[in-house]
Amino acid sequence: MKNSLKEIATGFNSLVTGMRITLGQFFKPSVTVQYPHESLKMPEKFRGHIVLVRDPETGKAKCFACKLCERACPSDCITVEGAKLEGAKKKSVTQYVLDFTKCSLCGSCVEACRDGAIRYSHEYNLASTNKEDYIMDLFQRLENERLEAERLQGSLKSEDQSLKSEGPPQETRAAEQRSTPNTQPPGTAQ
Amino acid sequence: MASLSNAISALWPEPLRLVLFVVGIMSFVGANAAYLVWVERKGAARFQRRPGPTEVGWAGLLQPIADAAKLMSKQLIVPAGVDRTLFRVAPLLMMSPALMSLAVIPFGEHLAARNINVGLLMIFAFGSVNVMAIMLGGWSSRNKYAIISAARVVSQNVAYEIPMLLVVITMIMVTGTMNLNEIVQNQAGPFWKWYLFRLDLNLLAPITFLIFYTCMLAETNRAPFDMAEAESELVAGAYTEYSGMGFGVFFMAEYSNILLGCALATALFLGGWQSPFGHLLGNWQSTIGVLLGLFWFLVKMYFLIFSVVWIRWTFPRTQFYGLLNLSWKILIPVSLFTLILSSAMLKLFR
Repeated sequence: MKNSLKEIATGFNSLVTGMRITLGQFFKPSVTVQYPHESLKMPEKFRGHIVLVRDPETGKAKCFACKLCERACPSDCITVEGAKLEGAKKKSVTQYVLDFTKCSLCGSCVEACRDGAIRYSHEYNLASTNKEDYIMDLFQRLENERLEAERLQGSLKSEDQSLKSEGPPQETRAAEQRSTPNTQPPGTAQ
Repeated sequence: MASLSNAISALWPEPLRLVLFVVGIMSFVGANAAYLVWVERKGAARFQRRPGPTEVGWAGLLQPIADAAKLMSKQLIVPAGVDRTLFRVAPLLMMSPALMSLAVIPFGEHLAARNINVGLLMIFAFGSVNVMAIMLGGWSSRNKYAIISAARVVSQNVAYEIPMLLVVITMIMVTGTMNLNEIVQNQAGPFWKWYLFRLDLNLLAPITFLIFYTCMLAETNRAPFDMAEAESELVAGAYTEYSGMGFGVFFMAEYSNILLGCALATALFLGGWQSPFGHLLGNWQSTIGVLLGLFWFLVKMYFLIFSVVWIRWTFPRTQFYGLLNLSWKILIPVSLFTLILSSAMLKLFR
């Protein structure tokens, strides 16, 4: 009798403790990320698919089509083509096709690259219903990015001039410029 | 200001008043059954530190409507070889007792559809139909999970109906009436006049309330006593073969029964429509008084409903023998003891 009463008391106490803990959690902020609306920032060492590295001096790809990555790839999913441009010492890449349908993300290509011309992307929103989306020409992508950036800069400049003629306060223009990168849709930023 | 109910009865004859109450109760139950699902999902999310439904409407408030539209658009499948009539009747049979019983619940002093003197008895008479509905649904499904679930429901409800009724008998002895409105009127005054705190009438009053509450959880098949639809073992138990609105009605009935159970607990133990601070704003006769009474009733009822959700998302499901042990070894002896104790106290001190 005494034991069972004690058992009831301790059992009831543990129930009350459990309920106190859950109520404590009830008022804490939620910890989940609302995925389509917000996404996690990938860590620096996240190993996504590969992308070409841009040479900061020339603005073009660092890669000179030595094809070491192509040979290192166990899944045979990289195809590199290069050509020697007029007056250039080295070859430069003209086509860099990654067949992501075959890629196993092993990273052998990045290890094989001597010049650090390819790196891992932080991109992970890669779902698609179209197989062709996974055969990516990384060179074309890099070029497009460059052209896009140039176009954006050009348009900003002209906008700047037109704004200057109208003469709005200096601060708002600075704010506009700052906010421009954020207006890009999520996922396009690398 | 004239009383709301007097005004109603003066303006409209009895049949119209009845129609008004029937429509009122039906819409109250319907709205609650739909939105308690939202409360449940939102509550579960908060207890697990997620935001819960957010997409349909502001804070997901249109989610129940979207769910209902989805369920209604689904095909009603009746499996081959089942007893068609019973299969179709079972969901309705589970829904109707909650609707009927709410007719005697006093939402305010003059806000009861029917103020009959055996209200409590009527609720428990209809309450047993609930079990039969799940049993019939499970049995007529011709599905092994559903039949196991039906068997469990019967033994569970037999086990929990006994302490529940013992507790209610204790309350009837204390109050001396089965009229719910009178029971609430007896608890007039500040909150220490509620039967939950009337230790002078029943020394174990809070424990009596706990037993009532536990049995209510078990009777409505709520976690941690949801043996009837233990998803991990029995798919969806008795509801396995139901599709579309057949399942939807079962789902709504579950919440209607919780609503009824919490309303009953409020009326029996928490002073119903009585304010916890006594008569602050005059009498309950005026329209303001009726609305205030309704307010206090709903506050207490929704607090109890919230605690039902709270308990569901705190405790894991009990095992079946644990469930029966709790009833036969703890709740029944203790409720018998409270019955004897309070009858002795009534004999000695009153």
